[in-house]
Formats: sequence, structure tokens, C-alpha cells
Amino acid sequence: MSTTPMSAEPAAAYRDDKRHWWWLPLFVALSPVLGVYLAATTGQKLWLWITPILWYVALPVADWLVGRDTRNPPDAAVPSLESDRYYKFLVYASIPLFYVTWIVGAWAVATQDYGWAGYLGVSLSVALTNGLALVVGHEVGHKTGRFEKRLAQIVLAVPAYGHFSAEHNRGHHKDVATPDDPASSRFGESLYAFVLREIPGALGRAWRDEKVRLARSGKGPWSLSNELLQSFAITAVLYGSALALLGPVIIPFLLISTFWGWQFLSTSNYIEHYGLLRQKLPDGRFERCRPEHSWNADHIVSNLMLYHLQRHSDHHARPTRCYQALRSDKAPELPSGYPLCFTLTYFPPLWRAVMDKRVLAVYGGDITRVNIQPSKREQILARYGAGRQTATGV
Amino acid sequence: MARYRCPGCGYEYDEQKGDEHEGFKPGTLWSEVPEDWACADCAVRDKADFVKVDGLLA
Ligand SMILES: [Zn+2]
Repeated sequence: MSTTPMSAEPAAAYRDDKRHWWWLPLFVALSPVLGVYLAATTGQKLWLWITPILWYVALPVADWLVGRDTRNPPDAAVPSLESDRYYKFLVYASIPLFYVTWIVGAWAVATQDYGWAGYLGVSLSVALTNGLALVVGHEVGHKTGRFEKRLAQIVLAVPAYGHFSAEHNRGHHKDVATPDDPASSRFGESLYAFVLREIPGALGRAWRDEKVRLARSGKGPWSLSNELLQSFAITAVLYGSALALLGPVIIPFLLISTFWGWQFLSTSNYIEHYGLLRQKLPDGRFERCRPEHSWNADHIVSNLMLYHLQRHSDHHARPTRCYQALRSDKAPELPSGYPLCFTLTYFPPLWRAVMDKRVLAVYGGDITRVNIQPSKREQILARYGAGRQTATGV
Repeated sequence: MARYRCPGCGYEYDEQKGDEHEGFKPGTLWSEVPEDWACADCAVRDKADFVKVDGLLA
């Protein structure tokens, strides 16, 4: 069922064109530090906004200019691509950078005289690198080795989201594109409603699943073996020492960088499965997750920054596959890469104007097969032409 | 003692070894693994999807 590349390229001759471009996220991870440095040396405080400008302005333009890429490595080349340690090394190397950036950001807002606009710029810059730390935590947290799962706990401590691995791997991947998954958004649900449903829902599910896992070993949830608490402890040490050393002046920085970092994750989740639904089988289980249950965006530049996260359907088909080997699938396509989609979601009517017709197209116009926001169900069914009799259906 | 493999990702549950991280002690039989348990590595497949690996006793 995998889509074959255009031609049967011999595996031996295969060269990964993106190989050296995978350094890009490391640069992005350090960009707030660069901004602080350039603001100090040039006196131009706009540099403090470097990362938001990169994400919200430069990347959408770059995506538009460079375009999409649907080429895949030939199947025969995938094993050697996956076992190449260079790619792993790049991901590992990014992890300390998120700590460096966070610490420099906290130090800068506490000690430099930026005014509120500069302070906000640094906080939002670190928020976005916190978002990228979540993407890295996602990549390593999916790997099967204990060592990589430990690294995930360490990197996820920076954005204070240590429950992500448990929530995502055991929760979201199991329940994706079903009505009860707090990390799959519904047709007609605004980003704001989704964030308020997802963030508490994700924490609750992660905690429950971890409790079940620990109970099988005869342990309670408040145990040193609780992997959520292990990561939260690192966060407490990091945030606590920064507060003690730098003082309450960093409180707004902590709040903005943490919550806007969480927003980065939630918004990604919002656009990744919007409205898509796995149908229920006669035996009561949901059909297996297939490519059409994820939105893809094959835009080259934003994919380089996000470790191919936008090749999302292949990720759900094979969650343990390494980023460099993820394939372009025959899956529903977003109108642009994530950076521009983020801005669309901030304006719900704009997002729905662009996306609702795309969701309907996936289901051949059949609104009853869509994952609909329950509170708007009647209204949406009426609007898209389904009769009242189906309104009470499952 | 038998082994069961996830058809999606290749994860293997070996009754002899159990899976300590998942909380299954060595010797935990496949029948004792909860019905709603999903693959420890991919979570894409559930217990019901697993296939028995032909071993010496099979
Ligand atoms: Zn599996």
C-alpha cells in the first residue's frame, strides 16, 4: 500500500538531497540567542523578535517560493537511511540547545533593558523554540530504545510538557481521528475551543495511562517510576533555579514562553487531523488509521524545520519510523505548510473558509462521515445537506 | 511459552521475558495481557491484531 516513487531508482545510487539541510532546526533552536546577541551588538531591538518573524513571516514566504516535494527514497534505500547515525546525532545535538536558549532568554529578560516590546519578543522567541523542543521530544519519544525515551523526558522538561510521550504514544496514536481523542480536532471546532479541550484532556489521559502501567507493577501513581513526574521534576529544578537566581521579573517570561509553547503543540495537533474520522466497524472497533486520517503538507522548508512532521499520515502509519525516512503519501493536503496554517487557525472563520470544503472533499461531500463538533452537529448537518434523520446517528 | 508479534511494527511480546516497562513480569502469559492493551512500541495495533510467532512448541 506504500506509494512507489516515480521511478525505480537503484538504492545504491540514492542520495538524500535533504541530508545537509537537517541542520536547519538546530539553527532555529538557537535563533533567540542570536537575536539577543545581535540586539546587543547592533542596538536594534527588532532582532529580539527574530524567531516569531522567522516562523510567522519568513517560513510562509520560503514555503511559497520553494514549494512542495513529493519525492520518496526508494524502498530499498530506506533501511540504510534509517540506520545512518548522522540523522540521530543531529536530533540528539539539538537537545542541549533548547536548554541554552531557554537559559539565555530568561537571563536576557531579567538583566537587559529591553522595554516591554523586547521582553515580549524574547519570550515569544523562546516559546517557539519550546514548540520545536516538543517536536524533538516527539521524534525521540517514538523510538523504541530506553535511551531515546529518556532523552524525550529531558527535552520535554524545557517546555514543561513531560507527559507528552505517554499522552501521545499510548493515547493519541491509539485514538487518533476518533470523536473522543482530545488531540484530534473536530469539524466546526475553533482552535480556542480545541486548546481548552486538548490541554487538560491530554494531561488527564497521560496520567490515567501511566497509573494503569504502574499498577501492573504493583506501584501507585505517586511513585519515583512515574515517567511524567520524572520529567516534571527536571522542569521544577530548571524553572525554580531560574526564579531563585533571576527573581520574579522572569515570571511573565515563564508564563508566555510556556503557554505559547504549548499553543504551538496544540495548534499542530489541531491542523493535523481536523474533521477527519475513522469509521466504526460492525464489531465496534474503529477502522485502522490510514493515510486519509491525517492532513499532510509536503512543503520543503517548513518540513526541514519540523523534522518531516508534516508528512503526517506516514508517521501515523509507522510511528517508529525515523524522520529522514518518512514518505510522502496519497493523503489529504493542507493549503500550506504549518507556519501559514497556524496564522489561519488564529482566525477561525478564515480557517473554516479554507478547510471545511477540503474536509468535505475527502468524504465525497458526505458530511455524516466527518468528525463533527457535537455542539454544532444539528446546525452543520442542516447546512451541508444531510437530512434530520441522520442527525441522531452515531 | 510463546511469542506474539505486532504486524505493524514488529514488536514482539515474549511470554518468557514479559515486558518489565509495561509491567508484565517474566512468565506473564499472553492471555493475562489485558484485552485493551495496545502495542508497546507503535500503539497502532491492539492485542487482538498480534500474531503468534511459530516457535519450537508451535
Ligand atoms: Zn506495533
